[in-house]
Amino acid sequence: MAWETIKKSQHDLRVTPNLEDYDHTCADFSWDAVRRALDGLPAGAGLNIAHEAVDRYVAGPLSGRLALRFLSKRGETRDFTYRQLGSETSRFANVLRRLGVAKGERVFVLAGRIPELYIAALGTLKNGSVFCPLFSAFGPAPIRQRIAIGDGRVLVTTAALYRRKVEQLRSVLPGLRHVLLAGSSDEIRGLPGTLDYRLLMDEAEDRFVIPPTDPEDLALLHFTSGTTGTPKGAMHVHQAVVAHHATASYALDFHPEDVFWCTADPGWVTGTSYGIIAPLTHGITSVIDEAEFDAERWYSILQNQRVTIWYTAPTAVRMMMKAGTDIIRGYDLRRLRFIASVGEPLNPEAVVWGREAFGLPIHDNWWQTETGGIMIANYPAMDIRPGSMGRPLPGIEAAIVRHRPDKSVEPMDEPGTQGELALRPGWPSMFRGYLNEEERYRKCFNSGWYLTGDLATRDADGYFWFVGRADDVIKSSGHLIGPFEVESVLLEHPAVAEAGVIGKPDPVAGEVVKAFVALKPAYAPGEELRLDLLGFARKRLGAVVAPKEIDFVAGVPKTRSGKIMRRLLKARELGLPEGDTSTLESE
Amino acid sequence: MSDDEIKDLVLGALRRIAPEAGSEIDPDADLREQIELDSMDMLNLMIALHAATGVDIPEADYPKLATLNGCVAYLRERIKAT
Repeated sequence: MAWETIKKSQHDLRVTPNLEDYDHTCADFSWDAVRRALDGLPAGAGLNIAHEAVDRYVAGPLSGRLALRFLSKRGETRDFTYRQLGSETSRFANVLRRLGVAKGERVFVLAGRIPELYIAALGTLKNGSVFCPLFSAFGPAPIRQRIAIGDGRVLVTTAALYRRKVEQLRSVLPGLRHVLLAGSSDEIRGLPGTLDYRLLMDEAEDRFVIPPTDPEDLALLHFTSGTTGTPKGAMHVHQAVVAHHATASYALDFHPEDVFWCTADPGWVTGTSYGIIAPLTHGITSVIDEAEFDAERWYSILQNQRVTIWYTAPTAVRMMMKAGTDIIRGYDLRRLRFIASVGEPLNPEAVVWGREAFGLPIHDNWWQTETGGIMIANYPAMDIRPGSMGRPLPGIEAAIVRHRPDKSVEPMDEPGTQGELALRPGWPSMFRGYLNEEERYRKCFNSGWYLTGDLATRDADGYFWFVGRADDVIKSSGHLIGPFEVESVLLEHPAVAEAGVIGKPDPVAGEVVKAFVALKPAYAPGEELRLDLLGFARKRLGAVVAPKEIDFVAGVPKTRSGKIMRRLLKARELGLPEGDTSTLESE
Repeated sequence: MSDDEIKDLVLGALRRIAPEAGSEIDPDADLREQIELDSMDMLNLMIALHAATGVDIPEADYPKLATLNGCVAYLRERIKAT
């Protein structure tokens, strides 16, 4: 069915939006102008994300403003003003310096949404080292692989996570020189080969001068997944902050008095670009909740913290829809003026539900790990076509391209034509490569375009519409999961001969991970073995990456060259036509 | 249904969702934290408990079922009421 366009009028906008006249702003836009609006390191020493996010406010009139407010699972609140955040992040930079951690070396953080994560992230950037977040729900296998590929020198984590997931990996990660643990000193003392985060911080100076930083110096490493092969470490540089700043201004409409809540975990790119960096570069207050989704808890946070701008995700929105609008009526959410969503396409029902529930439609936007920041968005001033990802932000050129027989690509201007979504390279937060994987990086570009791997259409008015992925990666609860990573772990189980993994459509999570396994001759399918495999995968991969469903099959369909035909598995699962099976090897 | 029966039923449902959890579950600790369930696992647990007992569990009540003892107490009351 066609959804009615949600028209915006002056009445819908409580403040004048930063992006009001789209055509004019796009025509006048230049990245250099945004760059000039930032501070730059003193004495022309370059551009550093941590300076733009923290230090420039420490010296100014906003030093006493609340920068980060942490809400713990147990109900405590911890506040950091810009001045305090400046001191803490300087301490962390001094800790790294004392440990001899050099510019460009990788500092990994494996933690929930606790202050130590945010302080370590920004302190790492101050030191010129590279921040790499690991999602705390990862199991030992994804952690090991990412630290190994990223050649992690330092890991900051908690004593509890260390015992459960990292201690067993130390012997296979010789490059990991320092492990800093947050937690009580008693807990940490019993863990050999680790350092006490709090003790080191207490001993460190709270002043640190950021060394000269080239805008092109490596700053962030975000792992993402492809269909095949190991996870890829997308590299981002310090001048990505130019795009973080500008896109937050346009797509999230930050104004000086805003209180912002990004519900994403910094283990994924949204939680770093917009959960840590962008609100700070705008000098506003961010609320960070340590706990997982709970509808009533969330509404009380929106109310009690007087949140004005809320950036969340489709799975959470769909869970709130299930919980119903009745419970929302008990909360005073009049402060809230803008809601945005990202992670996977937001279904039109959810966009419209926002109006019923909060009196505000939910604004979907689109980007990915490689783009570093929001590229296409429904911004506050625009009319929403429910189900559309919106229009390209100023400074971003997007197109729908088709692959020509000669392997080049060309844009298709005819409205409504399906093709691959492509972006013209040149925005500051574009990834600069996949770490040590030049070939995979090169393959992302063709004929002057960055190819996103997403299939989409564009309508006559320039709105983009997501169609599907061009590859087999899985989007579950907004997390990108590579089927190969899951298949590899299943193959480590003694009973498994072959494994094929797909994303099975799910009304809440978007997709859930489903595995098909073929057993070795000595094993027979059965409920006990299925549970054993499920537990095996969950223990190694963690709950968010491991399959939720496992089916036994006689054989996994493959091409004659040995590639798993996941598309065929999916078609069979969904009872759809099997499509072209000419390359199928006999099963 | 006795408390022990309800407890077995909850543990059985948990085992089908997170077989790695083992039997040493602290009955008063948050299930999500001690056995690392994600939000889909919790949703599946609620669906399984509903299917096994017939008790309707509205989303607003999920926090009451955050621990093993919480699940037992909640289901005991609701089963009695029906």
